Amino acid sequence: MSTSSSLVYLIALPLFGAAALLLGGRRTDKWGHFLATAMSASAFGVGLYQLSQMLARPTEERAVTQKLFSWIAVGNFNIDAALLLDQLSICFVLLITGVGTLIHIYSISYMAHDENRRRFFAYLNLFIAAMLLLVLGNSYLNLYVGWEGVGLASYLLIGFWNQKPAYATASKKAFVMNRVGDMGLSFAIMIAFATLGTTTFAGIADVAPRASEGALTAIGIMLVVAAAGKSAQFPLQAWLGDAMAGPTPVSALIHAATMVTAGVYLIVRSHFIFDLAPTAQLVVVIVGAITLIFGALIGTAKDDIKKALAASTMSQIGYMILAAGLGPVGYAFAIMHLLTHGFFKASMFLGAGSVMHGMNDEVNMRKFGNLRKFMPITFVTFGFGYLAIIGVPPFAGFYSKDAIIETAFNAGGLKGILLGGAALLGAAITAFYMSRVMILTFTSKARWDDEAHPHESPALMWVPIAILSFGSIASGFLFTRGHALVNWLEPIVGGHEGNHEEFLAPMVVSALALTAVAIGVAIALMKYQFADVAPVAPVDVSALTRLVRNDLGQDAFNEAVFMRPGIALTELAQKADESVVDGAVRGVGRLATGSGSVLRRSQTGFARSYAAFILIGAVILIAGIWVVTQ
Amino acid sequence: MSSLVTLGLLPLLGALLVGVLPSENVLRIKQAALGTTFLTAIFGIYIATKFVANDTALQFIEKNEWIPSFAINFSVGVDGLALVLILMSVLLTPIVILAGWNESEGGRWSAKVFYILILVLETMMIGVFAATDVFLFYVIFEAMLIPVYFLIGGYGSGERAAAAVKFLLYSLFGGLLMLASIIGIYVVSSSAGHASFDITELAGLHTVMSSTTQNFLFLGFFIAFAIKAPLWPLHTWLPDAAQAGTPGTSVLLLGVLDKVGTFGMIRFCVTIFPDASKTFTPVIIVLSVISIIYGAFLAIRATDLKRLIAYTSISHFGFITMGIFAMTTQGHSGATLYMFNHGFSTAALFIVGGWMIARRGSSTIADFGGLQRVTPVMAWMFFIAGMSSLALPGLSSFVSEFLVLVGTYTRYPVAAVIATIGIVLAALYILIPVQRTLHGPTTPGNENLPDLNLREKIAIAPVVAVIVALGFYPSPLLNIINPASAHVIESAGFTDPAPTEIAGK
Amino acid sequence: MNPYNYLYVSGLLFTIGAVGVVVRRNAIVVFMCVELMLNAANLAFVTFSRINGTLDGQVTAFFTMVVAACEVVVGLAIIVTIYRSRRSASVDDASLLKR
Repeated sequence: MSTSSSLVYLIALPLFGAAALLLGGRRTDKWGHFLATAMSASAFGVGLYQLSQMLARPTEERAVTQKLFSWIAVGNFNIDAALLLDQLSICFVLLITGVGTLIHIYSISYMAHDENRRRFFAYLNLFIAAMLLLVLGNSYLNLYVGWEGVGLASYLLIGFWNQKPAYATASKKAFVMNRVGDMGLSFAIMIAFATLGTTTFAGIADVAPRASEGALTAIGIMLVVAAAGKSAQFPLQAWLGDAMAGPTPVSALIHAATMVTAGVYLIVRSHFIFDLAPTAQLVVVIVGAITLIFGALIGTAKDDIKKALAASTMSQIGYMILAAGLGPVGYAFAIMHLLTHGFFKASMFLGAGSVMHGMNDEVNMRKFGNLRKFMPITFVTFGFGYLAIIGVPPFAGFYSKDAIIETAFNAGGLKGILLGGAALLGAAITAFYMSRVMILTFTSKARWDDEAHPHESPALMWVPIAILSFGSIASGFLFTRGHALVNWLEPIVGGHEGNHEEFLAPMVVSALALTAVAIGVAIALMKYQFADVAPVAPVDVSALTRLVRNDLGQDAFNEAVFMRPGIALTELAQKADESVVDGAVRGVGRLATGSGSVLRRSQTGFARSYAAFILIGAVILIAGIWVVTQ
Repeated sequence: MSSLVTLGLLPLLGALLVGVLPSENVLRIKQAALGTTFLTAIFGIYIATKFVANDTALQFIEKNEWIPSFAINFSVGVDGLALVLILMSVLLTPIVILAGWNESEGGRWSAKVFYILILVLETMMIGVFAATDVFLFYVIFEAMLIPVYFLIGGYGSGERAAAAVKFLLYSLFGGLLMLASIIGIYVVSSSAGHASFDITELAGLHTVMSSTTQNFLFLGFFIAFAIKAPLWPLHTWLPDAAQAGTPGTSVLLLGVLDKVGTFGMIRFCVTIFPDASKTFTPVIIVLSVISIIYGAFLAIRATDLKRLIAYTSISHFGFITMGIFAMTTQGHSGATLYMFNHGFSTAALFIVGGWMIARRGSSTIADFGGLQRVTPVMAWMFFIAGMSSLALPGLSSFVSEFLVLVGTYTRYPVAAVIATIGIVLAALYILIPVQRTLHGPTTPGNENLPDLNLREKIAIAPVVAVIVALGFYPSPLLNIINPASAHVIESAGFTDPAPTEIAGK
Repeated sequence: MNPYNYLYVSGLLFTIGAVGVVVRRNAIVVFMCVELMLNAANLAFVTFSRINGTLDGQVTAFFTMVVAACEVVVGLAIIVTIYRSRRSASVDDASLLKR
């Protein structure tokens, strides 16, 4: 494999930006955001350069590596700090740096009035660097560094306004739940090293065919746990809604376009394990299917525009995970949906930010309405994103989501029907709740308070949104033209020859999907466009609505199953430590002092009694000697 | 004279210098102490550069007769393991002095006594890791208690006298058991024909010992070290001592002195009694796992900042002992590196925590709040220290913790899996106090706390630098450690398990 | 004459002295009883000297006498001092050691 010495700059540039801004302190307040944006943009430039280099090489020589130094080497455990750029990671590199740069530009204006804007940009750069390390690492351990690095950046950014206790708690929750996933990644690495003796992607791909299915299944399931933590998949999904506490550009970049999709990357990257471990694959599709319905359902009841979008992110990533679990036929579609989703979801989040910007940071959609008159650009760009996510042709989401639904049906048998049905149902619900968002915000009657003065955002904000929404219009078409993305990724994730029987003709699937979308949109129109919407959420609603409003009980579940027993356990440990462990030690101490005070009574202070003791002692001694010597 | 002896004598000379300075001139005394320890640190680094990494034999050897009738020698020397720990000790001492510039105030005795105690302690810290004679090790091991006892009892806060006595009694109890074992070693070695206390000669002794003898002698050593380390359930002295001591004392206590326990486990338990180590390994692994989880649980509930740090250390020491007794090169190297890294990350936590406590006048976590807005630099330092403690990848502790886990997994998968839960608990026990102290609205009493001054920044900078640098590039230390741990594992008769799935195929 | 008879007398004297030390309160009497015990020991030394035909016992007896004389001097001085300060020569009154 050829090497390239410039890969490191991809990570080094944004890392330098973060370090300069954090160490430079207030001195860099004036120009820090420009530096950070420049660093992100130049990383994008390096990425484009790498792409051009890659295109110039023949297909089988496209991957390049760069070994930086030997990181950890003990016995057989040899981990190099080494980077790998291939057809898969270049997609991510361009997505991360491209969308990242746009969001940097957007944030310059969005965060202009925040006194800590410099710190914000430093965190953004830190995130970009960590995310690039995640997708460029050539082994699971290198990936792990980026994996936790983005977790740290996410923690810092969710808690950016951590003076509000709820936001601080949200950031902590995200970090801890991510750590549960990270634990899965640790397990996977440990099992891989113990059973296969290596942790590099190339090394494992090499030896995996010789390993037993049991070991590969164990590794695979642990990787699913990791992916679930990072990508907010069932059962580790509860943190994503709260993560909307972060500033909106963060939600767009980290909690929609890039970081939360790292789980998809992990599974696609580990295709050499999942291809040989059908049980693990089954777990992947189950997790994906559950989450795509789960997230969609949550989305139907959210009045907070960002939380509705977060729920939809969860659901869309469920689609990607589902696709990734379908094996070689699905990997490319997972990545395609990931990329198109990156465009349209980021543009919608930024649009939501633009709405909030014009509405005094209001996030409750029941306080919006008829904003298309006041924010035409935001309305149009958001609308493109909306059409893309519900899957209307020719917008991007149509191509990618349709491919996933089709592949799910083609999985064959009952499994195929269940998965395909879930994907279809998800599409219908998605159409419903996204229409709801659209209607409540832009097209229904105005319901805002008197203080609100909705206005369009400055160009610095809408230009990035416009660029992203171009992506949400065209990317799907471009990726599928001549199976461009599928062929591009084929050398990495394996063949895409359609040896699967087609369950339904592609046209039928598309028709079904569009019908589902139409039903969802129609219900939303009836409920929200042609009926009055209460500015305050009604309380006399059905039990089902209440359940969905409470995120299907995910927090209550976590609290009942993990937090309360956990608290009880720590309490028990504390009590045990005080009364049993330390109690035993103090008991020994008390025994010593107690026996001392008993024995002290024999010390009367009377010389005569001491003399008597001596006498008695002497007599006993002599008697003893006498008895012994007799 | 070996340069190692020179290194050990430097702080003692400093103590003499401080001793002759007038007690009134506190500033001069501090400068003298700082200067001496700084010189010692420089010289320590110089020695480390002269160390030949690939040579598993002891280096910088010095051997003089001490009590010939019992074959006791004054002999010192270092391998990679000892060198790393000595390096950690000499680097931490000047940082501790600089960070706790005013710690000696409010003590029972003068500042002069405080710095003499610290300097004498540093000499002993170097000596205890350098000693290659079991008896010499024992003498220093016990003598170290004296300065620490006075540092806690004389300069601490709260229930300092009680804590100092508790610490002393625990340690003396362990020392007594170790003394019995040392006498046993002497008896065994002299009945085998050649009385000796030299560790290189004792390493071959297990061939002539019955397994019962070996087990009992092993236990004598092990319990002493398990108290020092401290391993569950012999840990309860640590939170009290750490809470009562000054932050600087606690750094030296948790960062360096406790390492004598884990160091001793490798140097004496595993090296001299490999068969007994094998026998007791399951028990010790279980105790280590309990320590990891149990320490984390207590840390999650801790309401006092200093006790919190002490509890996290109990959890971390569980990782170290687990790594040692996993008997793989990854486990051993990881454990040794962990000792070094834990020294620095605990130092960072205690130093910054100490500043927070000194400014606020309270060590109760609930008294803090919103410090990030008031004292951003201090808050950052506390955050980085916390991240290091929860072993964030990219910081030094991650490398060692992961090595320990991987090394343990290859031999004891269940233990490693349970221990890995510790990384989630670590996130909790770090982030909960971070949220309570740094985040949220600024609570009354915290509005006007001053941020770090230049001296404090200079003191904490090298600690953070080491934490970050070793996270990305641990090779300089691993190169020193690896040959030593491979040698220990090999001479104890172990080999790394081969990958199970591809072995022999 | 059977030399063992002297030993019996010595034992008897020692017992009388020991019992006297334990049961009597008056410091002077206790003191005299201590002297009695010393002399009993002297008698035993001399007797053994006679039995074994060596002079060691007699030499030791002289040592004992010297020590006894010193003891009398110191002891009486203490008793007189205690009597002066407390107006009592009872040993039970001098139990300061306990406190």
